[in-house]
Amino acid sequence: MSETILIRGARVLGGAAQDVLISGETVTAVGADLEAPGATVVEAGGHILLPGLVDLHTHLREPGREDSETVLTGTRAAASGGYTAVHAMANTFPVADTAGVVEQVWRLGRESGYCDVQPVGAVTVGLEGRQLAELGAMADSAAQVRVFSDDGKCVDDAVIMRRALEYVKAFGGVVAQHAQEPRLTEGAQMNEGTVSGELGLTGWPAVAEESIIARDVLLAAHVGSRVHICHLSTAGSVEIVRWAKSKGWDVTAEVTPHHLLLTDELVRSYDPVYKVNPPLRTEADVMALREALADGTIDCVATDHAPHPHEDKDCEWAAAAMGMVGLETALSVVQHTMVDTGLLDWAGVADRMSARPAAIGRLEGHGRPIAAGEPANLVLLDPAYRGVVNPAGFASRSRNTPYEGRELPGRVVATFLRGRATVMDGKLT
Amino acid sequence: MKRHLISAADLTRDDALLILDTAEEMARVADRPIKKLPTLRGRTVVNLFFEDSTRTRISFEAAAKRLSADVINFSAKGSSVSKGESLKDTALTLEAMGADAVVIRHHSSGAPHRLATSEWINASVVNAGDGTHEHPTQALLDAFTMRRHLSGVGRDLEGRRVTVVGDILHSRVARSNVLLLTTLGARVTLVAPPTLLPIGVEKWPCEVSYDLDAVLAKSDAVMMLRVQRERMNAAYFPTEREYARRYGLDGQRMAALPEHAIVMHPGPMNRGMEITAEVADSPRCTAVEQVANGVSTRMAVLYLLLGGSEPAISTDRSDSARTEESK
Repeated sequence: MSETILIRGARVLGGAAQDVLISGETVTAVGADLEAPGATVVEAGGHILLPGLVDLHTHLREPGREDSETVLTGTRAAASGGYTAVHAMANTFPVADTAGVVEQVWRLGRESGYCDVQPVGAVTVGLEGRQLAELGAMADSAAQVRVFSDDGKCVDDAVIMRRALEYVKAFGGVVAQHAQEPRLTEGAQMNEGTVSGELGLTGWPAVAEESIIARDVLLAAHVGSRVHICHLSTAGSVEIVRWAKSKGWDVTAEVTPHHLLLTDELVRSYDPVYKVNPPLRTEADVMALREALADGTIDCVATDHAPHPHEDKDCEWAAAAMGMVGLETALSVVQHTMVDTGLLDWAGVADRMSARPAAIGRLEGHGRPIAAGEPANLVLLDPAYRGVVNPAGFASRSRNTPYEGRELPGRVVATFLRGRATVMDGKLT
Repeated sequence: MKRHLISAADLTRDDALLILDTAEEMARVADRPIKKLPTLRGRTVVNLFFEDSTRTRISFEAAAKRLSADVINFSAKGSSVSKGESLKDTALTLEAMGADAVVIRHHSSGAPHRLATSEWINASVVNAGDGTHEHPTQALLDAFTMRRHLSGVGRDLEGRRVTVVGDILHSRVARSNVLLLTTLGARVTLVAPPTLLPIGVEKWPCEVSYDLDAVLAKSDAVMMLRVQRERMNAAYFPTEREYARRYGLDGQRMAALPEHAIVMHPGPMNRGMEITAEVADSPRCTAVEQVANGVSTRMAVLYLLLGGSEPAISTDRSDSARTEESK
């Protein structure tokens, strides 16, 4: 089934308005005043056209916690947010630590049709940090896993981490580390600092993240492998990654949208919608993260989309689950914090939200330039739009957003997955 | 005054003085043959205790009963809460039973704040201690006690020097006291080993010292906090003996205090740990007096949150009762 779509007057990567012609699954022409008789015409009206977004860090919850999200609802949320590929984290029930589970998730993604789902494999069996999972079997499976992570837990044993880093070199894999020294964060509830002291909530110190990152970049250098840092959240972590990159080591890092915008001051409300791991940090951290994303020290934005059912947030702080949904607000938050502030242009956004995450995940067909012959994975967005976040309108099954009631800029007008519109006129198809 | 009492920071200087002055009136009731006022007749106060705390619970219970309120004690142990019922469902249940005030003690910091702001219930919420956050009525009764000894009824604590010693990191008593005593004009110094001070304490409105002996001579009141022996297992200090030597108050240290200074303790005391028996049993120690003052102070809090603006103790009892019924 090949359809022809003509996107007319789109500012490709924020440049001058151009027409983009899609035939079947491929972009076939980019230029001025393209003609395509019989094509479906999408009037872009000066909206921005970017390559479809790629998320390195998504919790789709299936199998096991279908009450909070499924592959179908999660990929619908992803498409709504402009994503054409997501990496599904391994902390499901059962854990994605075998070829069987990753293939199941991969297949569910294919069936959903809204967004490509690239499973992440667990580094250790059951995320227990003791025994390596069958990383090779997951790499060789139909899912072709390349990113391995115990996310939610840190691979804190230095020997296990070293072995994992070495082992994945055989198939071009990468270990994505959830950097959290466990002993320093026992019972931790929020960022350790002035606010935690006043609120009487157990602190999660920045050093618990930074010490693991320091160790792991050294390990990666020692064994000549690459390491990816999940949800980097502190100014100190930025300094360590910057130093590691200056050495030429193969280190990459991601930042979440919420760490680019929100601070631990919000915890004063004791509203668990702000409870997340790693925790919201300080204003100084937020500014350092924005700067690092702008200068490329931090490679990409990853959502850490973490859906939770209402009851897991409708309670006292300590009893609440950690995490926030993010797929449907990520692009708006990045526009607000990075583009509207002048730190990053739209080509930069395409790099940090599509090209680089696809490269880190060794994901083919995504994060490509918008040019003739490239796969038609695209997102069209209206940067002039201003709207108040209303979770009732989310495609995600969960509503745990920290942005409810907040005005954010930008709106996804259309998303194309290999030439098929998954979102059109701001609505899922 | 606000509708709830969650944090000592909720109280302005005038609010705090109003509570303390009202508590003085309430204290006079304790001297009567019949220790009871009709003020809260027909009102329901629920003591919702998720943590064992016999002394705080009975203090609130006595306070509510002396104001003629109906009191329901809800202890989480052996109740539906231990079977996994959420705070929200417990709150909805209390609301359905017509609670006018919920006095809550919870192991999780912020739980009373959540109860007051979540729109689960309409009742006034009184924080009776939440996790390692706050315990505002303890601070009020401490201020009440200090005022009687150090500055006089009707006054604030302007210029008085209060030293709080012990496990500041885990102490809700310390947090509430720093806030309230500062509001009342006192100068607070916290003394603890560095391990038992929270990160960011330098931004609190108080002084901090690691050296108890250096501050004793400059203290009008010394408040010794309970230090749990188990803390040494998490390496907060090496041994009980070392803690007692460096931060415990014994007779020798007490002698270094100014003549008029008092020794306070919120209880329960760890004799031999933060305080020796000699000090605990000395006339300078106000621990028992604090317990009595706790009832008066909590009566004042419940009265002001629930009773409204008319005088707490009417000269005409029947008139006061009628006013209550017409609400």
